[in-house]
Amino acid sequence: MDKFVTLKSLAIPLDRSNIDTDAIIPKQFLKSIKRSGFGPNLFDEWRYLDHGEPGMDNSARPLNYDFVLNKPEYTNANILLVRENFGCGSSREHAPWALLDFGIKAILAVSFADIFYNNCFKNGILPITLSNNEIDELFKVSSNQKLEIEVDLPKQRINFLNDKFFEFEIDEFKKNSLINGLDEIGLTLERTQEIKNFEQGYYDIYPWLK
Amino acid sequence: MGKTLYEKIFDKHRVLSSDDTHLIYIDRHLIHEVTSPQAFEGLKINNRQLWRKESIVAVPDHNVPTMSRDEGIKDPVSKIQVDTLNENCQTHNLLQFKMSDERQGIVHVIGPEQGLTLPGMTIVCGDSHTSTHGAFGALAMGIGTSEVEHVMATQCLIQKKLKTFKIQVSGKLHPSVTAKDMALFIIGKIGTAGGTGHAIEFCGNAVESLSMEGRMTLCNMAIEAGARAGLVAVDQITLDYLKNKPFSPKGEMWELAVKEWQTLKSDSDASFDKTIIIDASEIEPQVTWGTSPEMVAGITQAVPKLSDIQISKQPDFQRALKYMDLEENIPLSNISVDKVFIGSCTNSRIEDLREAAKFIKGKKVNASIKLAMVVPGSGIVKKQAESEGLDKIFIESGFEWREPGCSMCLAMNADRLEEGERCASTSNRNFEGRQGKGGRTHLVSPAMAAAAAVHGHFIDIREIN
Repeated sequence: MDKFVTLKSLAIPLDRSNIDTDAIIPKQFLKSIKRSGFGPNLFDEWRYLDHGEPGMDNSARPLNYDFVLNKPEYTNANILLVRENFGCGSSREHAPWALLDFGIKAILAVSFADIFYNNCFKNGILPITLSNNEIDELFKVSSNQKLEIEVDLPKQRINFLNDKFFEFEIDEFKKNSLINGLDEIGLTLERTQEIKNFEQGYYDIYPWLK
Repeated sequence: MGKTLYEKIFDKHRVLSSDDTHLIYIDRHLIHEVTSPQAFEGLKINNRQLWRKESIVAVPDHNVPTMSRDEGIKDPVSKIQVDTLNENCQTHNLLQFKMSDERQGIVHVIGPEQGLTLPGMTIVCGDSHTSTHGAFGALAMGIGTSEVEHVMATQCLIQKKLKTFKIQVSGKLHPSVTAKDMALFIIGKIGTAGGTGHAIEFCGNAVESLSMEGRMTLCNMAIEAGARAGLVAVDQITLDYLKNKPFSPKGEMWELAVKEWQTLKSDSDASFDKTIIIDASEIEPQVTWGTSPEMVAGITQAVPKLSDIQISKQPDFQRALKYMDLEENIPLSNISVDKVFIGSCTNSRIEDLREAAKFIKGKKVNASIKLAMVVPGSGIVKKQAESEGLDKIFIESGFEWREPGCSMCLAMNADRLEEGERCASTSNRNFEGRQGKGGRTHLVSPAMAAAAAVHGHFIDIREIN
């Protein structure tokens, strides 16, 4: 997994609440058995005017130019700005895979759905929770000008408009995993003996689970 | 101070802790074809083994066709996914209920049905509706594919403790009001993010009176309230359901297990982070009118007026009405539908089919309905329904009687809505495009869906004899 320390980019303002994982990556694209290649179908139903299916030449499809992701200035942006309860619905990790494949590495929201929030960290994406007022201010700024944001994970803050900044909270374990790009399975496997010890006592108490 | 049910199960599975991050042991790992292939691939790339094969149970459900099964899967991309699951199960010698097995069905239906879901277990699956299994006093959570791989390789999950949320439903439900209505009513009250970061424990006499099928429906929808898990305490109804299921413990082991399971309830002095109390008699049959499960109201109500919506939520409200092609203030009983879908991990169990059949028996699907279909949750549910003659009731009224799978709940297979079509659906999500691009979903109970099929529009089933 790639490390995440700092990131500077334009923020794409997608002014909606309750954006679900079906919207992020519609189900027909879940048929892939790979982790990559989902980027062109990120927000497929909002981004294109036709109905998308796997295997289509996405570069030949009609674009919805009203949709913010299609604005030329955001083609290479790495930060997404949204409202409440982002990533609700299905547990599909294809949602963060699609975001990452498009280039999104940080998401700013008032709140995230739990499973999606977890899935982000497994893929080197930083989900940042800010207050309603802070998110509101960022949307206001972005309605007048392009909003460039610098995310500083070690300092747990985002900087914008030269001298403005917001601080954010993050779990220490998750922060550390991102900054160092740690492989969680590898970390847990270092505790193999403790897991084995646990199992021994466990199946003595609950033998019907053996 | 006493412990909540969630805390009891959590603590019993704690392998180790570092500050507020814990490693918890997983008893049961359910897998399906959509969220497991990348996990198996990850194991292979890193040359890692499965920690405990016996904990894994596999079933294809999301992509499987619900008709003409003997012709196999026509969609080549879907076929690759199901074939990949077969190969992975074969390579690792895992228990799988294949498409040809009569025990095949939706992963959240077959776990309980086979006695593979047991009280006190930690259960995970790469599917958000894993919360369903919490109906058995188990800690059941949906996880992403990276965590599927983590559990495969280590039998553990890295977790922070969830907060606890007690939802007490007191009093008596109207006989035609179901667990689905209770779930939608609760989501309407607390919102789709109301349970975020929490494990919800459902309790109160209206919950205790529910069958296991009803409790599963309720816990299934806990995720739509944002909760990672839903739980109901173990009681005699739980034990009666599990007794003699194929994989339930037998003989002395059963006795030993029951002794432990009877402790699986919150202590009377346990404290919850949040509590709400709901009066069951207030709950009407529910119908969603928007594009989020929280956009819901009782059947005697109307679509809200813009002026009744909080200003910050007005843009979402207007977008939802536009998508749903509805005006504010329209009575819900005026809404006509094109299709009716009875199925999904929320409402495809035998009790759901019996309930729906009651409103269909001797009647015909309205001429205005393009398609009405029943998709049983599993081959076993299908067989049971057929032995009771329910299939004939549905078929004679004009419903299609299909093979088990997830079907039009998420429309990954061929079953889907066309652009602009409106559906009365017993599933769990009314998101934009969920049942097909441009499709419009109204979430309801099986009885409400059945009545909508007969009348062509939503109707207050309490007025039907």
